[in-house]
Amino acid sequence: MRALGRGAGMAVGLVLALVITLALFGLPVGESLRLIVDGAFGSEAGLSRTLVRMTPLLVTGLGMVIAWRAGMYNIGGEGQFVVGGLGGALVFHLAPALPPALLNLAILIATILGGAAYAGIAGWLEVKRGVPVVISTILLNFIALQLLDWAVSGPLQESKRQLPLTQALPNEAMLQRFSRQTDLHSGAILAVLVALGVFGYLFWTRSGFRLRLTGANPRAARASGHSPDAIRMRAMLLSGALCGLAGGIEYTGISGQLGMGFSQNWGFLAIPVALLGGLHPIGVIGSSLYFGALFAGTENLARFTKAGSTIVYVIQAVAVLGFVGLAAWLEDRARKRARPAEGET
Amino acid sequence: MIDVASLLIYTTPVALAALGETIDEKAGSLNIGLEGTMLAGAFFGMATSGATGSAWLGLGAGIGVGLILSLIQALFTIRLAIDQVVVGTALNLLALGLTGTIFRARYGESGQLLSVPQVPRFAGIDPVVVALLVLTVLATWMLARTRFGLALRAAGEMPKAAEAAGFSVARLRTIGLLVSGALGGLAGAYLSLGIAGSFAENMTVGRGFVAIAMVTFGRWNPLGVVGASLLVGYAESLQFLFQSRGIAVPHQLLIALPYLLALGVLVGVGRGTASPAALAIPFRRNG
Repeated sequence: MRALGRGAGMAVGLVLALVITLALFGLPVGESLRLIVDGAFGSEAGLSRTLVRMTPLLVTGLGMVIAWRAGMYNIGGEGQFVVGGLGGALVFHLAPALPPALLNLAILIATILGGAAYAGIAGWLEVKRGVPVVISTILLNFIALQLLDWAVSGPLQESKRQLPLTQALPNEAMLQRFSRQTDLHSGAILAVLVALGVFGYLFWTRSGFRLRLTGANPRAARASGHSPDAIRMRAMLLSGALCGLAGGIEYTGISGQLGMGFSQNWGFLAIPVALLGGLHPIGVIGSSLYFGALFAGTENLARFTKAGSTIVYVIQAVAVLGFVGLAAWLEDRARKRARPAEGET
Repeated sequence: MIDVASLLIYTTPVALAALGETIDEKAGSLNIGLEGTMLAGAFFGMATSGATGSAWLGLGAGIGVGLILSLIQALFTIRLAIDQVVVGTALNLLALGLTGTIFRARYGESGQLLSVPQVPRFAGIDPVVVALLVLTVLATWMLARTRFGLALRAAGEMPKAAEAAGFSVARLRTIGLLVSGALGGLAGAYLSLGIAGSFAENMTVGRGFVAIAMVTFGRWNPLGVVGASLLVGYAESLQFLFQSRGIAVPHQLLIALPYLLALGVLVGVGRGTASPAALAIPFRRNG
């Protein structure tokens, strides 16, 4: 019941952040809201766009939940998404003749491994060399982008060698689409299943419990005989695996080929999505749906005004600052109220 | 092989930001929002220079916007003791969204090359480069020789002791953040007004984070940090050197070089013991 109330409070706050941001940029609030809602839910195409944008946000957001819950500030979702995608493209490059269904599966597995390996570098650096993940993952993001640029205009370039893109996957090797008219693909369902899986892992398994314990209280984890380092490393690998998978779903669900525009900052935007979802898998389903809808909606808004998708970044920032600020302020107030009472007893 | 003036010019943005971050980290706070601060400085510096016709006012605007972002950061991380990574990441996002949205709305989606008044150069060097050198000496002296520097270091090493000695840790850390914000904003404005001559979306491409890495590499010592930044400046200027000589190296490798270098030195030096003991740990006066 309390979780429900919190969720409702979050929802109201997120809408408030949207309204505040629109007003901040001097946009007509009512008309803009109408355009956004219309673009996100007003038609079959809009709804499909919303769910298609939600998918990478949800899967990378889940990756952030796992890492941050373990106290590892993975900011490298972007790099892990890209390197995952590259792993998938490499499989297609090496074994293009695989039967389509098998090819699709092999690509998804490769993206998972690619993302995990790339996050593993940062995890190893923190655990073994004391290099903070916050810094290393960010540097790795920029390195990944150059790796992508090099790969799509070099070794993985399409066979005609005209555009900086990888060879397009055959339609049969793509994730299933539900309708000819829209882009909605089975990856959206897969993403929700992954969210339920992460929920089960975090809250119903011993390994998930230790992971949460390590993040909340490393000393307690150590005292109960578990090495925080091994658990943190596992959290990074899992987190990277999910970000890589997000890349794989985007690759085999939407783009079919890799280019410099492969990731629209999904791995980076995953952080506010995870934070606003309360670092909880079910909460992240909600927040990724909201921001998926905002991206779809602001595309519609951009057709009529000068404000485009970058406005969503501002909304995310305002919402994150609003929520953490409010929570800390309430906590502060509660502490101040509690203190005199303690003194009396 | 490469001339000193251009090496200094390419070093200046990262070095300025890293110098401010050194003071900030010495006081015990970590400014993850440095990247966004630089980006905001770059944009508002360019916009102000374009609107007023003065590059100096542009640099001032960069400092101003940096100070504003630090004040927001201080409110959240010092006053409310919220996690610095969360707040810094949100501020980076805010800067990216704000500059991107205003830039597109005012200058068009294509972002056509804008020509705005730039920082003038004298004999290949401009006043901002000179300011960097002066500030480096000043920061070294301030941290090592002054009572204020001692208090600042105490806030980063042993905040409780600093409080006991009558200093306000909150105030010292706020000052650290303000210095980091001012120099980060100036660094960004210099990037658009002193080097690029224009603005592009997300034009800082991680220099703020590279600066944070350079603070670690330079062992929290102003001279060391600025020296470390020279390496990054060198790596950046290599791109142009290789291009002009027609040496066949994938340009992606050259662009990635500063990041690889930053990562490489971090692996080499690790965190070590030179790090301020209370770095990034929020301080509550009453425990």
